[in-house]
Amino acid sequence: MRDELKPYFRENRLPHIWCPGCGHGIIMGALARAMAKMDIDKKNTAVISGIGCSSRATGYLDFDTLHTAHGRALAFATGYKMVKPESKVIVLTGDGDCTAIGGNHLIHVARRNIDLTTIVFNNNIYGMTGGQYSPLTPNGSKATTSPYGNLERNFDLVQLAKGAGATFIARSTVYHVNQLTDLIIKGINHKGFSLIEVVTQCPTNYGRKNKMGSPAQMMLWQKEHAVTKAQADKMTAEELKDKFIVGLLHQEEAPEYTEQYAKMVANLMGGDDK
Amino acid sequence: MAKQAMLLQGNQACAFGALAAGVRFFAGYPITPSTEIAEILAQELPKVNGRFIQMEDEIASMGAVLGASLANVKAITATSGPGFSLKQELIGYASMAQIPSVIINVQRVGPSTGMATSPAQGDVMQARWGTHGDHTIIALSPASVLECYTLMIDAVNMAEKYRTPVIFLMDEVIGHMREDVRLPEDEELTIVNRKVITNSDQLPYKSEADGVAPMSIFGEGHYFHVTGLSHDETGFPQNGGDVVKANIDWLNEKIDRNLDDIIRYEAIDCQDADYIIIAYGGTSRSALQAKILLEKQNIRCGFLCLKTIWPFPYEAVKTICQHAKMVVFPEMNCGQLVGEVRKILPDKVVPFNRYDGQLMLPEEIAAVVENAVKEGK
Ligand SMILES: Cc1ncc(C[n+]2csc(CCOP(=O)(O)OP(=O)(O)O)c2C)c(N)n1
Ligand code: SF4
Repeated sequence: MRDELKPYFRENRLPHIWCPGCGHGIIMGALARAMAKMDIDKKNTAVISGIGCSSRATGYLDFDTLHTAHGRALAFATGYKMVKPESKVIVLTGDGDCTAIGGNHLIHVARRNIDLTTIVFNNNIYGMTGGQYSPLTPNGSKATTSPYGNLERNFDLVQLAKGAGATFIARSTVYHVNQLTDLIIKGINHKGFSLIEVVTQCPTNYGRKNKMGSPAQMMLWQKEHAVTKAQADKMTAEELKDKFIVGLLHQEEAPEYTEQYAKMVANLMGGDDK
Repeated sequence: MAKQAMLLQGNQACAFGALAAGVRFFAGYPITPSTEIAEILAQELPKVNGRFIQMEDEIASMGAVLGASLANVKAITATSGPGFSLKQELIGYASMAQIPSVIINVQRVGPSTGMATSPAQGDVMQARWGTHGDHTIIALSPASVLECYTLMIDAVNMAEKYRTPVIFLMDEVIGHMREDVRLPEDEELTIVNRKVITNSDQLPYKSEADGVAPMSIFGEGHYFHVTGLSHDETGFPQNGGDVVKANIDWLNEKIDRNLDDIIRYEAIDCQDADYIIIAYGGTSRSALQAKILLEKQNIRCGFLCLKTIWPFPYEAVKTICQHAKMVVFPEMNCGQLVGEVRKILPDKVVPFNRYDGQLMLPEEIAAVVENAVKEGK
């Protein structure tokens, strides 16, 4: 491990539990690089996750870390951020964790615009439980619970977050790790709810079932199917059909909830604002 | 010394008790008959630098409470039956990760939506065993408006002291009843704050002599890990059989070896009574009246009011009641807590149950004893 990344890892907790070729480690690495680059105030940062392969990342990161229950990371994070509005809170979650069992919390935390940076490890599958379909499993894909192809339509997480009011939305892949690192820094610096969807590979439970080849081939798939907004604008609907857009896709300024609440408290208590 | 007398509702007293105990965070979701607690705390918490949030559901509320508590802020939630069911998974999380928290359940008639504004005591066993897995729990049940205040302070104190979720089991009668009360002065109150870790070398899940580990507080630069997975003293996941067993034993023992501190009850005239009525929460009001009715007929009847219902006070109930001919246990359910008394006094205890959403009348409880007297039992 590179020296500048060491302060962010619990080296005595490594190696991690992830399968060879799993993309989750690359996302964790990008997060550590982002933190190193921005020289994050460790003491003032909490990392909170749900349950799933992805959510195990909290165990390896040397911060105040909270590995909650399946789907509930954003709920715990909301309570924590309410009482510690000055802290940076990073939420790590899987596609199932965040958009199925935790979907209600996702839309409401976005609506409230609570300053949490949420990184969604989207491997299009429930990895930890052995490959059942999630709300982000593409229509037609195979999973152990959709052996004849997924009949459900998948969410577009970016559109979902936008509709719910997220004030920072980005998407990247583990192939585009430099872009990802940069987006994580931007997300952490953004004041308000940020959502970063990261397309990653689960070779064990998604790749194999859908004949996507080796982990390296799955990453090449990411490279070939990711387009920038500028590229997408020049493409026809037909050309865009199997593509997804990466980059910073939405950012706006809006009042942040915990800060608003703190101001109300100061007012009521006859503080500075009076 | 006490404060000026005032007319308070149980739910109000409960909210004020929480504030007096130092609670500074509330997350909840509206549900009758508990909503007043949320409404009062929405009003009062920001005035004392506290935080209130109405979450999207009861699961979220429980999660937010635990998140806030990890930052060393006393945190509670309030709900009723359907919401209590939703909170169960995270009550188990609080138990496993040992996060102080108080869950108020103002019981209503169930199952399901049942009757929102009618009283019941149907969640007694759920309070004990609602979350999955072996664990223990503290559940307190107030019998008056004043107790909604004082016992609420005890509930918060116990959550802090033993690093555990505490269930505050009210019912619609107690929650909505109004009484003239004189609250104690703040100086008279004992307020307990959790032990906290002061340096990173301490182990966050290593029990001290009192059976409790000091808590790692987020934001202090200690970088501890908190998880609902089975874990060892470091707080990191561990699947070894010894570690798993030791952890479950610890969760139980830290409560079981402090029963003297945790168990609260009130025994009136039980010493040489032939008959004793045991009750808790809303039914204890009618039970006390029943005792008075019986005395007027020269029937010697005692009254045992349980405030701590979990852990169940087996020793106290046995000692207080074993000389009696008969023990009557009225409950607004089909018979839940009475099962615990059956374990220790199988031949003496007689349940009396109402589960039609109606208040229990003193006369009908007294009649159980009167009939026994007539039959020479
Ligand atoms: C309440 C609850 N329901 C179900 C589970 C089982 N479970 C554990 S992880 C998981 C899915 C994880 O998938 P995802 O969030 O996509 O993360 P990944 O493992 O793919 O990284 C499920 C269903 C659980 N732990 N808790
Ligand atoms: S099952 Fe999939 S997501 Fe989980 S560690 Fe293995 S490759 Fe990664």
